[in-house]
Amino acid sequence: MSPVVAAGEPAPEFTLKKEDGEPFTREDLADRTTVLVFYPTAFSSVCSDQFQIYEEVLEDFAAAGATLCGVSCDQNDSQVAFRESLGVTIEQLSDFEPKGAATKAFGAYFEPTGVSNRALVIIGPDQVVQWSWEGEHSGTLPGANLIFDALASP
Amino acid sequence: MTDLRSAPPPALRDDDHVRGPVDATLVTFYADFTCPRCALAHERLTRTGARVAFRHMALRAKHERAVPAACAAEAAAAQGAFWAFCDALYADQGRLDDPHLWAHARSLGLDVERFDADRRGDDLAARVQRDTREALAAGATTTPTLFAAGIVHPGVPDDGWLARLGYDGVVRLPKTSKEAGDAERRARPRSKENFI
Repeated sequence: MSPVVAAGEPAPEFTLKKEDGEPFTREDLADRTTVLVFYPTAFSSVCSDQFQIYEEVLEDFAAAGATLCGVSCDQNDSQVAFRESLGVTIEQLSDFEPKGAATKAFGAYFEPTGVSNRALVIIGPDQVVQWSWEGEHSGTLPGANLIFDALASP
Repeated sequence: MTDLRSAPPPALRDDDHVRGPVDATLVTFYADFTCPRCALAHERLTRTGARVAFRHMALRAKHERAVPAACAAEAAAAQGAFWAFCDALYADQGRLDDPHLWAHARSLGLDVERFDADRRGDDLAARVQRDTREALAAGATTTPTLFAAGIVHPGVPDDGWLARLGYDGVVRLPKTSKEAGDAERRARPRSKENFI
């Protein structure tokens, strides 16, 4: 298993699928700060807590100039059902087919179980990784404070 | 810059809701009245007679009644009945609509008209939001989250965790709201202290 991409590395080439079925690629990272929130599976209790916490302070993320996107190897419909069941608005990006290809490119794929590890990657407007975080195991949940710390760092 | 960067939970404030023996280890309990895990944690903390400071962690996406219930508890606090109202809500899980809140206020002998006006006020909403944002800045990732003796504990505390804080006994619960109110007043902090 390769480690998640590190600060200073250029974002890899990748293709994810947006909720409307359109592709989301490296080009979509330009001119904005993006926080990719890799999570193992829709509807797990830990993932639920994670997105509801981030949703609570979504306006603060926007004020800090950051856009959050959830990424998992679930199919789009599952992600949307998950998002709606949580009452959250954070856009979901699917890495379902070819399974995990983008997640592997970011070094966030967990081979033993065939899902994404829990990881965060902040990518700047220059498409370079600003900061990344990877949990020791999928039950380790990064608080919103860690993202705000990273966004505030020069 | 945002107030959501990492910070320890603030030290005890005059407006915190605190009960339990003054000389016992303080547990700062960030919780939500709509959360079953919080109800269980509340029961365990109460049963062991822990010294608890209750702070809100009311996530809007978690439950549509999370913030209204928290504001209602603050409105009860304005009439000196925070803990009695808190105990009543946790003992009546799932009944959090307005008529249920009014019924609890009435049964505790509160001025229901004042309670209803207070709970809709911007100041109480700001108080609840303050607590919630401070919980997130402290790294809370679930409800409940407890802080005690420099340790953060996400989720329901088990007997072992409580025993390490010196809480391994079972104590009698207050039987009446007056008794609970008396205990609450006795537990008020006499001086500032650090939370963690």
